[in-house]
Amino acid sequence: MTLSLFFQHLANGISLGSLYALIAIGYTMVYGILRLINFAHGDIVMLGSYIAFYGVVMFFLPWWVSFPLAILLTGVVGIIIERTAYKPLREVPRINLFTSAVAVSFLLENLGLVIFGARPKGFHRPPVMDTVLYIGGAAVVSYTPIIILTALVLFGGLMFVVHRTKVGMAMRALSKDIETTGLMGVNTDQVITFSFALGSALAAAGGILWAIKFPQIQPLMGVMPGLKAFIAAVLGGIGDITGALIGGFLLGIAEIMLVAFMPNLAGYRDAFAYSILILLLLFRPTGIMGEMEPEKV
Amino acid sequence: MPTKKLFVPLLVIGLIASLVTACQPTPAAKETPAPAETAAAGEETTPEEVVIGVYEPLTGAFAAGGEFTMQGVNLAYKQKPKVLGVPIKLVVVDNRSDKAEAATAMARLINQEGAIAVVGSYGSSLSMAGGEVAEKAGIPVMGCSPTNPLVTQGKDYYFRACFIDPFQGRVMAKYAVEELGVKKVAIIQDVAQDYSVGLAAFFRKAFIELTGDASGIVSFTSYQTGDQDFTAQLGATLAAKPDAIFAPGYFAEAALLAKQARELGFKGPILGGDAYEAPELIEIGGDAVEGIIFSTHYHPDAELSPASKPFVEAFEAEYGERPSAFAALGYDAYMLTIDAIERANSFDPAAIRDAMAATKNFPGVTGTISMDENGDAVKTAVILTVENGKFKYLTTVSP
Amino acid sequence: MKITRNRILTLITLVVFAGFLAYSQATFNPYILRIMNLCAIFTIFAVTFNLVYGYTGQFSLGHAGFAAVGAYTAALLTMTPVQKELNFFLEPIVPVLANVQWPFLPAMLLGGVLAAVVGFLIGWPALRLRGDYLAIATLGFGEIIRVLFVNMQRVTNGSLGLKGIPEYTNVYWSWGLALVTIFVTKRLVDSSYGRALKAIRDDEVAAEALGVKLSYHKILAFTLSSFFVGIAGALLANLISTIDPKVFLFFLTYQVVGITVMGGMSSLTGSTVSACLYTVFLEALRPVESPFSIGPLRVPGVPGMRMVIFSALLLLVILFYRRGLFGQAEFSWDWFFEKTSALRARLGRTGKTAPAPSIESEEEERP
Repeated sequence: MTLSLFFQHLANGISLGSLYALIAIGYTMVYGILRLINFAHGDIVMLGSYIAFYGVVMFFLPWWVSFPLAILLTGVVGIIIERTAYKPLREVPRINLFTSAVAVSFLLENLGLVIFGARPKGFHRPPVMDTVLYIGGAAVVSYTPIIILTALVLFGGLMFVVHRTKVGMAMRALSKDIETTGLMGVNTDQVITFSFALGSALAAAGGILWAIKFPQIQPLMGVMPGLKAFIAAVLGGIGDITGALIGGFLLGIAEIMLVAFMPNLAGYRDAFAYSILILLLLFRPTGIMGEMEPEKV
Repeated sequence: MPTKKLFVPLLVIGLIASLVTACQPTPAAKETPAPAETAAAGEETTPEEVVIGVYEPLTGAFAAGGEFTMQGVNLAYKQKPKVLGVPIKLVVVDNRSDKAEAATAMARLINQEGAIAVVGSYGSSLSMAGGEVAEKAGIPVMGCSPTNPLVTQGKDYYFRACFIDPFQGRVMAKYAVEELGVKKVAIIQDVAQDYSVGLAAFFRKAFIELTGDASGIVSFTSYQTGDQDFTAQLGATLAAKPDAIFAPGYFAEAALLAKQARELGFKGPILGGDAYEAPELIEIGGDAVEGIIFSTHYHPDAELSPASKPFVEAFEAEYGERPSAFAALGYDAYMLTIDAIERANSFDPAAIRDAMAATKNFPGVTGTISMDENGDAVKTAVILTVENGKFKYLTTVSP
Repeated sequence: MKITRNRILTLITLVVFAGFLAYSQATFNPYILRIMNLCAIFTIFAVTFNLVYGYTGQFSLGHAGFAAVGAYTAALLTMTPVQKELNFFLEPIVPVLANVQWPFLPAMLLGGVLAAVVGFLIGWPALRLRGDYLAIATLGFGEIIRVLFVNMQRVTNGSLGLKGIPEYTNVYWSWGLALVTIFVTKRLVDSSYGRALKAIRDDEVAAEALGVKLSYHKILAFTLSSFFVGIAGALLANLISTIDPKVFLFFLTYQVVGITVMGGMSSLTGSTVSACLYTVFLEALRPVESPFSIGPLRVPGVPGMRMVIFSALLLLVILFYRRGLFGQAEFSWDWFFEKTSALRARLGRTGKTAPAPSIESEEEERP
């Protein structure tokens, strides 16, 4: 393998990884606070890209209006989902929350099918993201740096919110202990709703970037990214935002490199991702960044 | 818990009620009590209506294919709502892209709705599940686009309007070697789709036979349906410097694959099969699919059959877009069924089956169709390319 | 006294039910029989899922994978050598499997055993994980099995699938095995093992402190459940007579989860009723997908409506009827008589009985 080919693979891996990372961050945030694997997260990704798509195609908005608007609207949808499907279940065993997430995912997929139709739609890349650049012998389309940059900016913004603002402090407190935080005078419901909105907005951003990189959207498009991003989140230590970012990049690069070095195993790519996940769960369930959490009695 | 007291009895009532409705034959089925009896009735007295069933994946992973096919079937039904002077009742059931459900759907069409013939289904695996049921019941089925050879194999009652993978693989290999002068080819298959695996294997075989050079296949790699990132496979593939890439898959993945291949600097031709032909290939792929070459069933310019042009015009008037290959095959499958009923001059499923098997030189929109002894359509293939955002006819290949 | 009465009643219902099966096999059309078979297969899926989830509190999403193991084993063993040769037209089948042909029962049992072995191998390490981690690990295992089956073309014929599997499954097999599954599960959860399982479900730490061997009991439940899932997979393969890896996408598992949650955790009655309901409802709901008229209003058919209704219903049950249809309640004759006498008292009349769901009698199967 030549060096330039290696760089090409690395560029592809980072580009894919940043998408995983962005979606994984949303996953991990919800998990960190509610201890809920939000199975519907992938479908919120789908929703975000569809809203952005219709904003451009149906309402003739320029992309720089439509995309932020879609992110905002998806955040609102996130709030609605949280209020209707998760909030009523706060007091019951966590497993019910999980099944509720599965049901929401089911519902979103089937609604998507009925409303948007099953045929895939072509997502139009803004022209600025559609030129091929050659960097050190590797071909890189201009969306790649934009995706990576957006992922990093959003990550930075999120870090700022979590570590430098009041609501962020509440979020961190909540992830340690919901009850006590409530007793300290924090309106826990509002904080949870806020983090859900934030997580969904990030999912929408991920969905739009996903649709820019892979300009084809259809109602089941969120399933695969959702699962992969989840793996990335576990890889990084679920509940940890920095971990999700690292996990996303690692998984993206690892997947590309596996196929690059062993093309014969390309058919096993998904099995590979799951194997990583399982090995990790068995030997270090807390992931790379996660801290060991003593079991509560 | 007062709610619970109500809930369970209500549920049981609902269950019983739903069973009653599910098991009750619909009016149509009542009029034609059993398929076998229909025949006798058909010769003596004319029935009020006949039922033709359609089973397609309208939800689930193959839903897009089902939607395409239904466009064609619905248009054909609109143009020919009667057969032998009797109105047709078209009953469409969804098989959810699920094998078990496909078998149930077929059983429903036959036993509940009283279908005398069935059209469908997109997806060879779904067709196989339904085929088993139809075979037992003795109801003829006309497949639209299942290209896996296994579908009609050993089945007396399953036919199809499309050609099969071995033929298509050969056509493309021949074109690549003889017309494009390809010496080194890379194959990227969708390992989760029987269509893609079959086509890749037959292409490989034919290519090696034609060139006599097994090393001409410089790379053979896979992806899975739903994958959207092919850069890893492409990176490895392009390193082997192929003259062309053969990527038999569905249009959605193909468009992305072409896009990524172009972005990685691949300039040679990308080749594929009939599943490329959908308006979405161009919509999604944009500039990247320019120059893509694939085999398919027809093109209005090819003048394979006089029916093609009026069909495309009618289709564009109805839906405001160009028909996909699946829509055209759905149209043909319906028309072939009607043709068989007319030639049989009877509503007896066995007679319709015999007429289907005897189909000769039927002027379909996807070419002149004759059935071979397996029930597979023997017809010409056309080779298309994409030029200026439009499908352009290149040449016709006879079997 | 009461126990003898109950036993006799159960026996009678079983005999009546067997008679009903014989009657239906002889007279019902293939469509109804197919639905009945699917009801039984989904019953097995739901009951086994309930054993692991409802009784042991372990959220496992590996059902599709185990079903695939059972289905492929039974399919490859029951197919005729001629069929196999026809099927494997791209790449030849491995010689070991080329010429074997077994009767249905041993093939199915081996399918179950292999699924159990896989279940044991997966459960042994994975059951150490807590709740949601276990769910993801088992989901991953299920997907790995599917990906392996797609790629092992010389054993499974890959994505081309298998065709021409003998259609051995009939209502005797399917409902017979569903009853066996229910019976075995019921006996297990009522035994001391069952109490240990429930203790694990309710509080793992406390259960361990009381001396319950956690992993032993978890693996026991998990392996047993895998065995029956494998059997159900074999029944499915020999019912639809053609399988391919796409049959065993995790969508199958989700369906089972939905069915079980709707029926109620820790209620075998609930799982059974819910599985039958689901299968029948999906068929009965078909009219909503084809065009219909309400008076002068013509409603166009919307494909996909059935699944929207199902998922919305599932969500409603989870939200407002948290315990599912049956919660932890089971059908029993004592309950039955209590209800009917209460009903009689309320109606002020004698001799009127209400229809009641039951595991054994399957009233709802009677059209």
